[in-house]
Amino acid sequence: MNDTLEITDVALTLGETNFAFDLVCPASSTTALIGPSGSGKTTLLNLIAGFLTPQGGEIRAMGTTLNAMPPDRRPVSMVFQDHNLFPHLTAGQNVALGLSATARPDANHPQVLEALSNVGLAGKAERYPGKLSGGERQRVAIARCLLRDRQILLLDEPFAALGPALRQNMLALIGRLRDERDLTIILVTHSPTDAAALADRVAYLDAGRVIVSGPTQDILSDTRLEGYLGNWGMKNHSVVALGGNV
Amino acid sequence: MRTLPAWLALGAIATLIGGAALALVSVAPATSGVFDTWFWSVLSFTLWQAGLSTLLSVGLAVPVARALSRCSNFPGRKWLLTLFGLPLALPALVAVFGILAVYGGRGWLNGLGTAFGLPALPNIYGLDGILLAHTFFNLPLAIRLLLAALDRVPLEQWRLGQQLSFSGWTTFRNMEWPAIRADLPGVIGLVFMLCLTSFAVVLILGGGPSATTLDVAIYQALRFDFDPARAVVLATAQVLVTGIALVIIAKFGLQLNEEPTISAASPRPGERSVVDIFLIGAATLFVLLPLAALVLKGLGAEMGRLAQDKAVQRATLTSLAVAVPAALIAVSAALALVHGRLRGGGRLQNLLFSAAGNVTLVVSPVLLGAGWFVALNRFGYDWALAASLLIAANAALALPFAMRVVGPAVLSIAARTDRLSAQLGLSVSARLRLVWWPMLRRPLATAFAFTMALSLGDLGVIALIGNQDLVTLPALLMQRMGSYRTDDAAGIALILAIVAISIFTLGDRGKVRL
Repeated sequence: MNDTLEITDVALTLGETNFAFDLVCPASSTTALIGPSGSGKTTLLNLIAGFLTPQGGEIRAMGTTLNAMPPDRRPVSMVFQDHNLFPHLTAGQNVALGLSATARPDANHPQVLEALSNVGLAGKAERYPGKLSGGERQRVAIARCLLRDRQILLLDEPFAALGPALRQNMLALIGRLRDERDLTIILVTHSPTDAAALADRVAYLDAGRVIVSGPTQDILSDTRLEGYLGNWGMKNHSVVALGGNV
Repeated sequence: MRTLPAWLALGAIATLIGGAALALVSVAPATSGVFDTWFWSVLSFTLWQAGLSTLLSVGLAVPVARALSRCSNFPGRKWLLTLFGLPLALPALVAVFGILAVYGGRGWLNGLGTAFGLPALPNIYGLDGILLAHTFFNLPLAIRLLLAALDRVPLEQWRLGQQLSFSGWTTFRNMEWPAIRADLPGVIGLVFMLCLTSFAVVLILGGGPSATTLDVAIYQALRFDFDPARAVVLATAQVLVTGIALVIIAKFGLQLNEEPTISAASPRPGERSVVDIFLIGAATLFVLLPLAALVLKGLGAEMGRLAQDKAVQRATLTSLAVAVPAALIAVSAALALVHGRLRGGGRLQNLLFSAAGNVTLVVSPVLLGAGWFVALNRFGYDWALAASLLIAANAALALPFAMRVVGPAVLSIAARTDRLSAQLGLSVSARLRLVWWPMLRRPLATAFAFTMALSLGDLGVIALIGNQDLVTLPALLMQRMGSYRTDDAAGIALILAIVAISIFTLGDRGKVRL
C-alpha cells in the first residue's frame, strides 16, 4: 500500500473555483483522468507535481507526504502538452538536464544516448527542437523523464497535438516503458480511446471533483457518463474490454 | 484608383521633407570648411552620449527586469509597471524639469545632503545630466521590453525548471538569458536611436561646447549663429547616422516603439530574494522621485494665476489646435499608406509606401524645423503658414508610430475578414459599417491618442519655426525656465504632464490586440 499514490481531501481554491480531490492510484497502475474542460484534471496533476500547493488534505506517495515537498524532490516527472523542451538546447542536451540540471548538459553522455534510443530517437541527439516533429519532441521529453527515474509519470494531454498514427506510436511507447519500468502513470486525456488503450483505471472529474473512479471497463461504460462520453462507451464496449493491452 | 490615398499621403510627406531639404541646400551649399574640429567633436559626442546612455539604461534594465520576473506576484506590481510606462508618455522637457528638481544644484538630494553635512552632488549640467535624464527615460522602457521577453517564456518551462531543480544560475542560463538575448539587440538599438535623436534633454542639460549633439548643434547653428552651411553639414551627418542606426535595428528585426505586451501578473512561479527587492525598490525610486518632484513643485505653483495667464491659455489652445489635427492627419496618412500596401500590387510600390511611413524616423524634428525655418526666413514669416507647417511636421513625425498601431490591425482584419466578406458579397459600405469600423475603431483611437501625446510634447519643430505669436506649451515652458520663472515653469510642466499622460493612458486602455 506504501507505493500507492493517495490524494485525500485535497482542497484548493483558484479564483472562484473550489477544487476538492479524493483519488487513489495503485502502484504500477495507469489512471486516465477524463472530464470536461475546466473540471480540474490539469489542476490535479499540478497538485501532485508540486506546482500548486493544496490548502488542505494530503497527497501521499511511497509512504511519504508530498504536500510541502518542492517539485524537484517529489518522486514525480511530468510531461506537458507543449513547451517541454528548451528551444536553444539540442535534443540530447534537453535530455541530459534529467541527469544533472546544474552542470553543462552533456548531450553525448551514454545514459542520454541510451534514453534517446529507448524512445526511438537514436541519432537525433544533435537536433534542435525546431527540427523535430511534434511526436519526436514529446519522445525527447519522455526520454528525459526516463533519466530522472521517478516512479510516478504524469502526462498532461501529451498526444493532443499528434495525428492518429503518431498517437498510436506514443501510446505503444508509453505502454512499453510502463511495463519495463513498473511506472505509476496518471494521464490527462480528452480521448476515451486513449484511456481505453492505455489505462487500467479511469477517474471522471467534473466541477473540481472526482465524481467517479474505477476500472477502465466499468467507468467508460457507466451510463451516468453518457452526457460526457455520448454513446462512445456502448459503441466501443469491445475496446473497453481490452483496456490496457497496448 | 484604390491606392490614390496612399499616393496622396506619400506626395505630402515628400513635399514636406523635400521642401525642408531644398530650403537648406539652396541657401547654403556645403563647403569643406565646416568639417572642422568642432564638427567632429559634436559627432563623436553624439555617438558617445548615446552609447553610454544605452549601456547604462539597458545594463541596469537586465537585472531589474529579471528581479521583476522573479517577483511575479506582489501587491502593487501592476501599478509599478504602469509607473514604468509613464516616462515614455512624458514630454522630454517636463521630465527634465522633474530631474532638475531632484538632482539639480538646488534639488532635493543636494538639500538632503546639505542637511546631513554631505558634499554637494556634481553639477548636473553636461554629460552626467544627459546620462541621468536618458537613463530616466530609457531604463523603464528597457525594463518593460525585457520583462515582456521574460513573460513570453511558457509557464511549462518555468515548471520544468522547478521540477529539474534548476539553480538561479541554471535558470538564468537556460531560460532567462535565451529569452532576454533574443530581444536584447533590438532593445539596444531602440534605446540608442532614442538617445541619438534626443533634443530637449541635451538642449537643457547639455548644449555647451563639450556637450552638444548634432540636433542641438543644428538648432544653435540656425537660431544663434544663422550659419546655414554648418546646419546643412550637420543635418546630412544626422541623417546618415540615424539612417545607419535604423538599418542596424531593422537587421535585428525590432520595430521602433514596439509596445511591449506585459501582464500585471507574470506566469512565472514566484521566487524572490532580498537582492530582487532592492533592485526593484531602487528602480522605483529612480523613476518615482522626478515624477513626485514634478507633481509637488507643480502643486506649489500658483495654479489660479497660471490658469488666468493669457500666455498659458493661448499656449494650451495652440498646443491642442496643433496636436488634434496633427494626430488626425497622422492616423489618416497611416491608414492610407497601410491600405495602399494591402491593396497595391507592385513590390516597389509597397516599398515606397512603407518607406514613406517610416522616413521621419531618419529625419528628426529639428531637421524638419531647420529646413522650414530657413524657408520661412527667406520668404517672410507668415503665421498661418508656420502654424500649418507645425501641424504637418508634427503629423509626419508621429506617422511611424501611428503606422505601428494601425498597420498590424489593418493587416489582421483583412486576413480574417476579406474572404468571408467577398463570399457574402458585402458592399463597400457594408464592409465599412459591419466589419472595418467596429474592428478598427479602437486601434484608430489608440493611434490617435499616441500621436496626439507625441505632438503635445514636441519641442524640436516649435523651437525653430515658432515665434512670439506661435507658442505651444513646451515652448512656453522653455521660455519660463529660461527666464528663471521657476514656479510658473513648474505649473506649466504639471499641466503638460497631466494632459500628455491622460491622453496616453486613454489610448493605452483602448488598445486591442487582434
